[in-house]
Amino acid sequence: MSLGVLRIEALSKRYGRDALALDDVSLSLDGGEVIALIGPSGAGKSTLIRCINRLVEPSSGRIWLGDTELTALDGRGLRQVRRRIGMIFQEFALVERLTVMENLLSGRLGYVGFWRAALRRFPQADIERAFDLLEQVELGAMVDRRADALSGGQRQRVGIARALMQTPDLLLVDEPTASLDPRTSRQIMRLITRLCGERNLPAIINIHDVPLARRYCRRVIGLRQGRIVYDGPADDLDDRVLTNIYGEEDWDTQAATETETETDEGGV
Amino acid sequence: MSTRVWHRPPLIGDARLRWGLSLGFLAYLVLAVGSLEVNWQRVAEGLERGSAFAAALFSPDFTSRGDAILEGFLESLAMTFVSTTIGLLLAIPVAVGAARNLSPLPIYLLCRGFIAVSRSFQEIIIAILFVAMLGFGPLAGVATLAFASIGFIAKLLAEDIEAMDPKPLEAIRATGGSATQTLHWAVMPVVLPRLVGVSMYRLDINFRESAIIGIVGAGGIGATLNTAFDRYEYDTAAAILLLIIVIVLASEYASGTIRGRLR
Repeated sequence: MSLGVLRIEALSKRYGRDALALDDVSLSLDGGEVIALIGPSGAGKSTLIRCINRLVEPSSGRIWLGDTELTALDGRGLRQVRRRIGMIFQEFALVERLTVMENLLSGRLGYVGFWRAALRRFPQADIERAFDLLEQVELGAMVDRRADALSGGQRQRVGIARALMQTPDLLLVDEPTASLDPRTSRQIMRLITRLCGERNLPAIINIHDVPLARRYCRRVIGLRQGRIVYDGPADDLDDRVLTNIYGEEDWDTQAATETETETDEGGV
Repeated sequence: MSTRVWHRPPLIGDARLRWGLSLGFLAYLVLAVGSLEVNWQRVAEGLERGSAFAAALFSPDFTSRGDAILEGFLESLAMTFVSTTIGLLLAIPVAVGAARNLSPLPIYLLCRGFIAVSRSFQEIIIAILFVAMLGFGPLAGVATLAFASIGFIAKLLAEDIEAMDPKPLEAIRATGGSATQTLHWAVMPVVLPRLVGVSMYRLDINFRESAIIGIVGAGGIGATLNTAFDRYEYDTAAAILLLIIVIVLASEYASGTIRGRLR
């Protein structure tokens, strides 16, 4: 069977002897589909996307990317499939002391041998690609700036470009706006969804800002204590659904306040 | 109304124990001083020699043993550079092994153990061992300083690696980079300034140590200094000491400047 680019079947994860961080999660993603994954802190959002590229080892369940079963891979095979999965992080996770260009090129490490990468002798095609992407994220003038000299929004754009350098088949995005101000947050979400749209690139975006999720993603998945409690169109996210995901709250004021939660066992 | 008195509570509450310990300490001090067998005649002689030496400091003789001094210093400098370089190269893998966030427990324990051994012995003791193994001369000195440098550099570097932000590590791993690439791209850039700084500092230390371990036969300026003392050539010894001070000050200043410029 080949339904969807990404298929997750009955995925569970338990950290040590704690409660299940993910409990029997199944979902499927079509080509070009950008979904938002919402839920309170500790609901398992980060764990879920880290299980996909196996930065976190799932306890049970299976995951396919196209025809490849990710959960069956090890060592070299795992590294090769990680090349096809781009990842964007909450706190950017750039190598601060490297230049913008070097941070972009690090997205090609899976394709380049050790010495070539060590001597910064990347194939011309990679260099061209990096320059193109820098233009697209509007950082053309910053090529040789060090990453730690950039602002938050600029760093996140470098993070986006690094992920796209991999020419990924899937994008995992972990709280891309949590370290940014509201205006930059919108710009970043707009940029990510636009770049995904241009490439027909499917993406899972962890986000705890419900209005942003609603605005930029058509499909939303709600996670509560490791279980999927909502999977449907963003337009159907009403008070009842949000209460089901986050617990009781006056949702009319949530546009003004941060959607912060004090629930849960913590962890992720 | 009675006056209320207050005393600071004593460190040791029990008065008998308190007085017993104090008396015991005093008694042992008296006995220990008694066992030293001070030879006052020898002290008087020594004072004379000491003043001769102090006087020599103001009239150092750089020339009459000039060749030996130059040779000694060149040998010390060579020992310093070679041993620091070897120590640095070997310290890097040990440091990676000794960083808990990168290495599995058995390798971690092995490398931490090696660092502990390397750091627990003073250079003189290691030098005596290496002189016995490799014979007199600068080779034993280089081996000594390299061995001591590994522990020193690896410990400080490992601590820096352990303190690093784990997020870039995760990011490079997520791109499909291999373990060596992760080391080179995510760890190296972060710890490089520290590595250079620590190495400069160690260069400094190794030069000073090279002057000392020469005394037990491990070559360098220390050997020349020892010979000068043996021959009562205090003016030559004074010249050597002054040169050591100058070189140590200069290298301390240089390494400070270099470390200051790295960010």
